[in-house]
Amino acid sequence: MSSNRSKPHGLLAEFHTAADIFEAAIRCRDAGFTQWDVYTPFPIHGMDEAMGLRKSPVGWFTFCGGFTGFFTGMTMIWYMNKFDYPLVVGGKPLFTPLYAFPVSYEMTILLSAFGTLFGMFFLNRLPKFYNPLFKNERFKKSTDDRFFICIEATDPKFGTDATRTFLTEKCHAAVVELVED
Amino acid sequence: MASPGKSAAVKAPEPPAELVREPLVLNNRSLGWITDAIAGVCEKPMPVWWWPAFIVSVGGMITMFSLIAYLVSTGVGVWGLNQPADWAWDITNFVFWIGIGHAGTLISAVLFLLRQKWRTSVNRAAEAMTIFAVACAGIFPVFHTGRVWFALLPGYLFPAPNANEIWPQFRSPLLWDVFAVSTYGTVSLLFWYVGLIPDLATLRDRSKGLLRRFFYGLFSLGWTGSNRHWSNYEKAYLLLAGLSTPLVLSVHSIVSFDFAVSVVPGWHTTIFPPYFVAGAIFSGFGMVLTLLIPLRSLFKLEDVITLRHVELMCKVLLATGSIVGYAYGMEFFIAWYGGSPYELYAFKNRAFGPYWWSYWAMISCNVISPHFFWFKKLRTSVVFVWIVSIFVNIGMWFERFVIIVTSLHRDYLPSSWGYFTPSWVDVMTFVGSFGLFMTLFLLFIRFLPVIAISEVKGVTPQADPHHPLGGAKGHH
Repeated sequence: MSSNRSKPHGLLAEFHTAADIFEAAIRCRDAGFTQWDVYTPFPIHGMDEAMGLRKSPVGWFTFCGGFTGFFTGMTMIWYMNKFDYPLVVGGKPLFTPLYAFPVSYEMTILLSAFGTLFGMFFLNRLPKFYNPLFKNERFKKSTDDRFFICIEATDPKFGTDATRTFLTEKCHAAVVELVED
Repeated sequence: MASPGKSAAVKAPEPPAELVREPLVLNNRSLGWITDAIAGVCEKPMPVWWWPAFIVSVGGMITMFSLIAYLVSTGVGVWGLNQPADWAWDITNFVFWIGIGHAGTLISAVLFLLRQKWRTSVNRAAEAMTIFAVACAGIFPVFHTGRVWFALLPGYLFPAPNANEIWPQFRSPLLWDVFAVSTYGTVSLLFWYVGLIPDLATLRDRSKGLLRRFFYGLFSLGWTGSNRHWSNYEKAYLLLAGLSTPLVLSVHSIVSFDFAVSVVPGWHTTIFPPYFVAGAIFSGFGMVLTLLIPLRSLFKLEDVITLRHVELMCKVLLATGSIVGYAYGMEFFIAWYGGSPYELYAFKNRAFGPYWWSYWAMISCNVISPHFFWFKKLRTSVVFVWIVSIFVNIGMWFERFVIIVTSLHRDYLPSSWGYFTPSWVDVMTFVGSFGLFMTLFLLFIRFLPVIAISEVKGVTPQADPHHPLGGAKGHH
């Protein structure tokens, strides 16, 4: 903070119970903040609504993965066993979706799972190893038993003093300022 | 008691005492206690017993890999395999280990979809068990091919053409199995890792050592517990659970196709897929109990893995054990009712032929032992449950041995009958695979949280913003 180069990242408010942060989140949402987030050691039921978040779109990544997997499986088997090198085994048909199904089914699940995982990483912008939050020692408790709200300085409604007053008076939280390098 | 006429608010009546559910974490432990208790296991130095256990396990693992080197350099004949039993201990061990994995996925995925919150205390260790069991399972089919380089190099297992430009044969259930098992291993690992990310962040934030901080920091990917992240994370977790459920059912179904799609009497039956899946879950829960009962008492985690957890798992054993018992009976009935003399002979031969001892070992372990769990007293006696879980493990190994060896050793032509006896290499490779399994499991205890910390916190009353313990003032 003393250095002139450091610019403010935002204000960090600390809470002790799930109920406190839940109500504070509702207040922040209603106050019209947009660049803010709630940090909790576990997902709190109903917090998405309290924050006013839209439904997570991870499912689309899953669907694309699964779609790709199924048709890759079918096409691969058709290409290998019927098109590129047809070889009759046991008098069975060269290709039918029936015998190709188990493998295509597994491919569907495999690529759906990868789609889900990497979709979630992409939406969350993970991995992200630098985060101004990590410079705050108190914040380490956010993976233990404390709850935090961070309102970022980039928020159009952010004003250091006004937001600090809002967090301390309205949300009854201990507040510290975070800086970026 | 509200005085009549005064209270305007309608209050839901309290449930009667016998319907109040026991809390999932006993003694009303705080969130901080949960972190300390679970993270403490892998932060403190390991207890004294860990080292001898680890050394013995590593010894077993080295034995197994040495014997595999012996097999690869000498030939698959070092195992007791020969016509007519070309599959014996190798595939028995494969099905045994892959079956054990199924309980982990059942707990982590199926019970998640069914909103069985008690799973949070056991899912991490059960999923770890799944992954390690799949690793042990994979070794046997790969090395039973003998000249492994042909199996691993293009041509047989992987979809690439062999030297004659022939592609793998996708009409074969053996190839389906390759895809099923490798998908299962991969998806289980992804699911496990996703569950671990928040807990790795907890360990990162607590660890003092430089190395630990680096590795936990690396693998937790910069997780902060942001609710915007949790929102996507929970959806991803739900989807992975939804994907793992049909996956786990398909894997053991496809494993059973290895047998059911053939024309060998004793194998060619339509009951195999559901029967294999039930057996897999039965054996897996047996192994979960074998591992977790010592774990909870050695690391003083009885408040998190409670007697209720043990009891519920015993009920799963009872249910799946009954399905398995039913399947044994139904197989016999169909063998008679189906009217095929070969099929009927295969079953008579199982029970009264030269391998009668393995059949009755299977029956006594799998059909009789789960029925002790009709009694609450026995379900809640951890020592008794642990002993029964060992019998379940033994019984399920014998089940696969019975299915594979008794069917193969006498099929259609009496002139090609034979008797399989394992070689010492067979026996020691199997024993060694337990070494690999336990080595991985002990390392897991040493370095990773054995219970899903964030998930357990999530099911406590403190996590509920509308519960008095979660800090709620008055009611809404």
